[in-house]
Amino acid sequence: MKVVINISLKDGVLDPEGQAIQTSLSNLGFNDFENVRIGKQIILNIDKLDKSDVFQAADQMCQKILANTVIENYKIEILEDN
Amino acid sequence: MRTAVTIFPGSNCDRDMIVALKLITGKNPLKLWHKDTEVPNLDLIVIPGGFSFGDYLRCGALAARAPIIKNIKNHISRGGAVLGVCNGFQILIEAKLLPGSLIRNKKLLFTCRDTTLEVQDTILSPFSWGFKPGELLEIPVAHNEGNFFASKSIVHELENDGRIAFKYKESKNKKNNYNPNGSINDIAGILSKNGRVLGMMPHPERAINSYHGGTDGLRFLRTSIEHLIG
Repeated sequence: MKVVINISLKDGVLDPEGQAIQTSLSNLGFNDFENVRIGKQIILNIDKLDKSDVFQAADQMCQKILANTVIENYKIEILEDN
Repeated sequence: MRTAVTIFPGSNCDRDMIVALKLITGKNPLKLWHKDTEVPNLDLIVIPGGFSFGDYLRCGALAARAPIIKNIKNHISRGGAVLGVCNGFQILIEAKLLPGSLIRNKKLLFTCRDTTLEVQDTILSPFSWGFKPGELLEIPVAHNEGNFFASKSIVHELENDGRIAFKYKESKNKKNNYNPNGSINDIAGILSKNGRVLGMMPHPERAINSYHGGTDGLRFLRTSIEHLIG
């Protein structure tokens, strides 16, 4: 199965990169879009394991290293292979 | 005086720091590789600047999980002193040895220039004992992610407990934009609860010779080491 982890900045944390992108978008005429935020996505693959075990392991990874919980939120999604 | 400098893949201020420490102590500091698991008793461990592990994931994130960190934690629990400069400060924060976070500079620019630091009124610490609150030091910064950020309650706690070592301060030459990165409350360096761990963005090892344009970095390092011995 595939584990997709999305990491995003918490509300209230300054995102200068997002702000710069918003300015560029607005220069291109996309004026209505506000509060542009940048995040990152981490994808992991694993064979033959219980879905809830995988979720727990991914959660531990986020807590221990993948996310900086002072400034970031994370969301874990597990996609089973077809 | 037994000092050491940690080296991670991508550290690039380690040699400058070694030169500075040797100039002060007369002895070569020990070099600690990130994979080292055995470390002798030391008085001061310096985590130098650079781009450890290529700044992958987040600055300092991978270095903060390297084997050497366990030794640094043991050293701190024995009352040992640690100085983290720039990437070293980022590593101390990622290792949760100091609070808060260091995020992208407000103006999205890598900033490399002199800054004026004002020594704050701190808790007892070898890194500030030798200075009067309000004293100014000229020490350069060189970073992309030095914008100190923390929740209001943590900043309040740091201010109230005297754990802010340095703040960026305006000077005659620089009245505007004296804060190079947008740090909350102009914070440039913070101390641990026991005052023996200091993380700072400015590079004292880059101001140790008149060729550098100033020697306040040497004064800061020498004073700190004298108080560690003292």
